Amino acid sequence: MTKPLSAPLEVGFDYTRSLGPTLSRFMTALRQRRVTGVRGSDGRVHVPPAEYDPVTAEPLTEVVDVASTGVVRSWSWAAEPLEGQPLDRPFAWALVLLDGADTALLHAVDAGSPDRMRTGMRVRVRWADDRVGAITDIACFEPSDEPALEPLDDDGDPVTMITSPVRLHYRHTASAEESSFLRGLAEGRLLGQRCPACGKVYLPPRPACPTDGVPTAEEVELPDHGTVTTFCIVNVPFLGQRITPPYVAAYVLLDGADIAFLHLVLGCAADEVRMGMRVEAVWKPREEWGPTLQNIDHFRPTGEPDAPYDTYSQHL
Amino acid sequence: MSDVAVVGFAQTPSVRRTTGTTNGVEMLVPIFQEVLGGLGLSTPDIGFWCSGSSDYLAGRAFSFVSAVDAIGAFPPITESHVEMDAAWALYEAWVKIRTGEVDTALVYGFGKSSAGHLRRVLALQLDPYLVTPLWPDSVGLAGIQARLGIESGLWSERAMAEVVARSRSDARANPLAQLSGEVDVEDLLAQPYLADPLRAHDCAPITDGAATIVLASGDRARELCERPAWITGIDHRVDSPSLGGRDLTTSPSTVAAGKAAGADGVSVAELHAPFSHQEILLRQALGLGDEVGVNPSGGTLCGNPMFAAGLARIGEAARRVLDGEAERVLGHATSGPLLQQNLVCVMEGRD
Amino acid sequence: MAKQQAAVVGTGQTHHAAKRLDVSMAGLCREAVDRAMADAGVDWPDIDAVVVGKAPDLFEGVMMPELFLADALGANGKPLLRVHTAGSVGGTTANVAASLVQAGVHRRVLAVAFEKQSESNAMWALSVPIPFTMPVHAGAGGYFAPHVRSYIRRAGAPEHIGAMVAVKDRRNGARNPHAHLRQPDITLESVRASKMLWDPIRYDETCPSSDGACAIVLSDEPTSGAAAWIHATALRTEPTTFAGRDQVNPQAGRDAAAALWKQAGITNPLAQVDVAEIYVPFSWFEPMWLENLGFTDEGQGWKLTEAGETEIGGRLPVNPSGGVLSSNPIGASGMLRFAEAARQVMGRAGDHQVDGARTALGHAYGGGSQFFAMWVVGSERAGVR
Repeated sequence: MTKPLSAPLEVGFDYTRSLGPTLSRFMTALRQRRVTGVRGSDGRVHVPPAEYDPVTAEPLTEVVDVASTGVVRSWSWAAEPLEGQPLDRPFAWALVLLDGADTALLHAVDAGSPDRMRTGMRVRVRWADDRVGAITDIACFEPSDEPALEPLDDDGDPVTMITSPVRLHYRHTASAEESSFLRGLAEGRLLGQRCPACGKVYLPPRPACPTDGVPTAEEVELPDHGTVTTFCIVNVPFLGQRITPPYVAAYVLLDGADIAFLHLVLGCAADEVRMGMRVEAVWKPREEWGPTLQNIDHFRPTGEPDAPYDTYSQHL
Repeated sequence: MSDVAVVGFAQTPSVRRTTGTTNGVEMLVPIFQEVLGGLGLSTPDIGFWCSGSSDYLAGRAFSFVSAVDAIGAFPPITESHVEMDAAWALYEAWVKIRTGEVDTALVYGFGKSSAGHLRRVLALQLDPYLVTPLWPDSVGLAGIQARLGIESGLWSERAMAEVVARSRSDARANPLAQLSGEVDVEDLLAQPYLADPLRAHDCAPITDGAATIVLASGDRARELCERPAWITGIDHRVDSPSLGGRDLTTSPSTVAAGKAAGADGVSVAELHAPFSHQEILLRQALGLGDEVGVNPSGGTLCGNPMFAAGLARIGEAARRVLDGEAERVLGHATSGPLLQQNLVCVMEGRD
Repeated sequence: MAKQQAAVVGTGQTHHAAKRLDVSMAGLCREAVDRAMADAGVDWPDIDAVVVGKAPDLFEGVMMPELFLADALGANGKPLLRVHTAGSVGGTTANVAASLVQAGVHRRVLAVAFEKQSESNAMWALSVPIPFTMPVHAGAGGYFAPHVRSYIRRAGAPEHIGAMVAVKDRRNGARNPHAHLRQPDITLESVRASKMLWDPIRYDETCPSSDGACAIVLSDEPTSGAAAWIHATALRTEPTTFAGRDQVNPQAGRDAAAALWKQAGITNPLAQVDVAEIYVPFSWFEPMWLENLGFTDEGQGWKLTEAGETEIGGRLPVNPSGGVLSSNPIGASGMLRFAEAARQVMGRAGDHQVDGARTALGHAYGGGSQFFAMWVVGSERAGVR
């Protein structure tokens, strides 16, 4: 078995979150260097605000101002900050009970060293210079007995949305079976595999035959021509599109394969593509090949007579 | 209502990194063969399939869909999936059997934590407006919880190190464990902090792995297995997500689930504690005395396949009954930040 | 032993729109939940457990969002389950909630499903480029359009059927105050004049992208007068792709339907079912699913549509609510079908009520037409006719 191929997989998106009334008031206050909470059904002041009471599930709407100073309830030391965290130098994660609040807020404390951290210590908010109405308007907390900066009223619109970037980094691994297929492609070969149980030829091969639950095994080299089973004509432009519409996305069943895959059919007008049309691969120049099916730029008609419906009807 | 029992359990080795895909197929194919083969069953014999896994662990939408390939799901199967640890898939399967619609179910969970950066991925389980934008990592949060308990006198760094030493020592008898061996408590306490007050050994390792359990009801269970692990109680509860609003030194959801499931009188308990102090916390919440053997498998501190580890706890506990080693056992699973959600499954043998 | 009977005693849904920027995710869920609980006449202490359904977490960028929603869902101290079976999830969630009552585990269960697509972009979430994987070059509808073409070829269906479904569903949607798209003036001509996006699927034959939520209260006994008794549930799954897979009329759907009708004691679905809420995200899926569900023989589904029999007033009204073509909050879309079926037999469907509806189908599917969830609800307890 060949070693599986792997490659980075980046998952990144800036999520746009609408806040609703309760969170909107909290975020708007942060922009003004003020911290607010909400009063719970039992009278407790929740900071950060709870939209719904943790005990009764009632919506909570009574806004209560609290101080920008408070006391550390517990903490841990982040010796090596991770991407996205409030500080890029060692800091403490802490639950901070703000003066006037009954629940603690999680944030960072810029203490410099764990030796300067202790439960019960006084801290104050260090406000971010540029505030947008987000929890990150609190840049962090800092050890201090002094008050934080004064509120700064603004006449801006209420904050109703936040943008939350999510950036995650993964390593994606192809299965061993798919890897041998991909390596074959890098050499211009189409390597399928046969399921030892049902005898069907899969391209790409599978770590488990979907009907038998066992890996496909015996290698079967397939030709680069086959039949269009079905298709659609893409007329809609969308993000990341490579070709100008209209063009044809078609299921191509290679001769000798038992499963079709989706690819492009070009080389004729879109409205000339038919179910049953015989097609062949048009490969990119060899120097552009890699371990990917994209080595085949597209399929084009061979000009042979169409395949009879019966020869592909069980693949629809 | 028909009684339901665990009749089979299989799991992969817990490893730091597999070469397989994030849809778990390579890990699932052999354990399906093992668990079904051991019972003399094949795919069509299973009345209901249910799995637990996470798209964010894999880094893509619908990652559980391809896992179905490992089953060989044609002809079609009756199947469901929870975006939770597979212990909750077991709960759903238990319910399904209790309706009387089926008499067997296969449950599985899988996770390839090594594909991403687990400590950051788990930040997405927090409040997306108020907490996640700070990207608190799972270890940093656990450190806050550990300190609360230490400073309240509920546990100590030494007691935490003792949990680690016992777990690693017990894991020597578990060939599938990722970490095992004799370690000295003093040596552990001499290690540097990873997230003061947590040291690296207080935290479960990053693990790739999968687990599966077969459930059966009544006569079917007795037919399949000499000594089924009958589920006498199973319950799960959730606590508020507010990290600063709930008491992090205990777990009301565990207390309630343990009470409802009937945790009293067990001799073995497998507790899903990804951090050493959480084992102590859970033990206290469940009222488990010194006579109860906790995590004889080595527990999550010696192998933590995300989304399968809770199911594996139930499997490891059940195995003591299946093997005739114990009469009454408890499996516990957790989900979410700082033990937010908890499940307790109590099982017993009937001679 | 016969299982405990379960019934829907209340349903609720949000107003569905492309962007519900007036609410948070919690607020969106609560709009549906509060309405369902009011409809059922129950309060939080009456709820024993909560089941949440949602499609991929990448849509909202929150891993297992039910965890942070526990306060809002009144779930603290209670059992909370999170189901994810792709597009069928809303239906599966309702079935799981029903099983909790049917198994005698709980008396009253709250099921909630939601999607807030405006937090991101579903097209993005579904098309994060996965290494080594051939980009499909086709976009969202491109996956299903080739199979629609296969159906048209196989069934010999005339081209205007898809447009007919779109006209019917959007006009029905205009009767539904919750619907995202409300187009009382849509015509066959206007649909056929709309842009051909993924030939053979036109713009007007395509579902919208919606924010929305749906909630259902299930109980072992009626709580508010009317109840929709669950006569049957079914779930079936098959792999996404395999050699020889029938992607037009998937076996999993046929098997689920057969099991469903048998459990419900229905021998002639077309005659015995009064109204159906079927998951139709692209108009052609109405005739395809009519066949898959066994309402007609294979190749005959389009004839029922063409004859107008699936309109309100026809033999089998399909999607009187306007269906997925009028509102598509993905994770909630399946539960909306199940809830709308219940509303019909409870006589609470308002302006889209089908007169005298006593037996109704709720249907959902997901993935590459591979996950199926269904239920049959009736105005009487199962076994009473």
